[in-house]
Amino acid sequence: MTLPGMTLESISSRLQASIPGCQAELVVNGSPSAQNSLLIDRQHGLEVARLLRDDLQLDFCSNVTAVDWPDREKTEKVKAKQVVDGVEKEIEETRKTIIPGYLEMVYHLFSMTLKEGPVVLRMRTANRTDDVSLPSFTPIWRSAEFQEREAFDLYGIVFDGHPDLRRILMWEGFTDHPMRKDYVPPPDDELEALGER
Amino acid sequence: MDQDLKTELSKHGIFATSFEELYNWGRKNSVWPLTFGLACCAIEMIATTMARYDLARFGAEVFRPSPRQADLMIVSGTVTKKMAPQVVRLYNQMPEPKYVIAMGACAISGGPFRDGYNVLKGIDRYIPVDVHIPGCPPRPEALIHAFMTLQEKISGQHLTGESRPRHLRQDLPSEFPVPEFGEHGLEPPQNNEIFPNPLKVLQG
Repeated sequence: MTLPGMTLESISSRLQASIPGCQAELVVNGSPSAQNSLLIDRQHGLEVARLLRDDLQLDFCSNVTAVDWPDREKTEKVKAKQVVDGVEKEIEETRKTIIPGYLEMVYHLFSMTLKEGPVVLRMRTANRTDDVSLPSFTPIWRSAEFQEREAFDLYGIVFDGHPDLRRILMWEGFTDHPMRKDYVPPPDDELEALGER
Repeated sequence: MDQDLKTELSKHGIFATSFEELYNWGRKNSVWPLTFGLACCAIEMIATTMARYDLARFGAEVFRPSPRQADLMIVSGTVTKKMAPQVVRLYNQMPEPKYVIAMGACAISGGPFRDGYNVLKGIDRYIPVDVHIPGCPPRPEALIHAFMTLQEKISGQHLTGESRPRHLRQDLPSEFPVPEFGEHGLEPPQNNEIFPNPLKVLQG
């Protein structure tokens, strides 16, 4: 990224200034690649995409993929005050909280005009079970069409506004989503059942 | 007629044979494979047919693009669950006598992709396989060896008796059920007639 207008911070503030109520949170990648990304909310996803294409000239969506984040358990130690036998004592408690899971879409955007990129966008569903819809970016970038169908097929993310949302790899009538973390394949491996593998 | 007498007669310019030998000699030297490739093994199969390895030496140079004219199906590559019904249907459309070579680790067992949700764990679940070749992919020499093994199998078949080939028997099936796409995988997961479930075999 060389142009001053193309840092994720400036894109984030521009999005929030132009689209009222829009969230554009910077997700920092701590690995050596340091490929940070922008987490946008699904309610304003389509407006964000249109602004990125038309105003920031991010005219090419090269890669669309999904990530499954299952429910996570987080343990933390909390100091709490408790009255024991009339005396107030400070004890340490271990609290377990469950962070609910979600499905996440990742879009890699480039600008052919400005020779810039990638700008990585993320969008999350509300949960992994019944509220799994996200706005489709196919009306903005046509190249997203088949890759969104793949995410629909293998992860079960439903895209609102997709022109042809069907399974693309598995057959019609298949009910599972094989790339989800909790997918269990059908028991057709006899060697595994015998303990030979 | 015993072999010694035949050899002795041939020294005097007399060629003696049996109808069975002549019949099998003709069959084994013109096995026409189906033009049918599934994955990287198909590239080795193509190499086998070209000038360097020259499968034509064994009478199998005519790859037929129609199953109606083919005798041999070389299952060369990974059989996905989405492709498996079509493979079985192609086999069913071939006329008897017909043979199958399962080429490479994937066609035998699923190979490195065995744990994948989309890969059939061996084509012998649905159709009878005559020769299995291991390898990933097998070299052209290995395919030629498999082909020669098949030729030996053909020339050893008797035309009468219990061990006669399938096309001379009315009681054995020539077509096998085509699996259907189910909600979680192929239905049924294997043809129990030709691929007995090892769990049930162990339990008796």
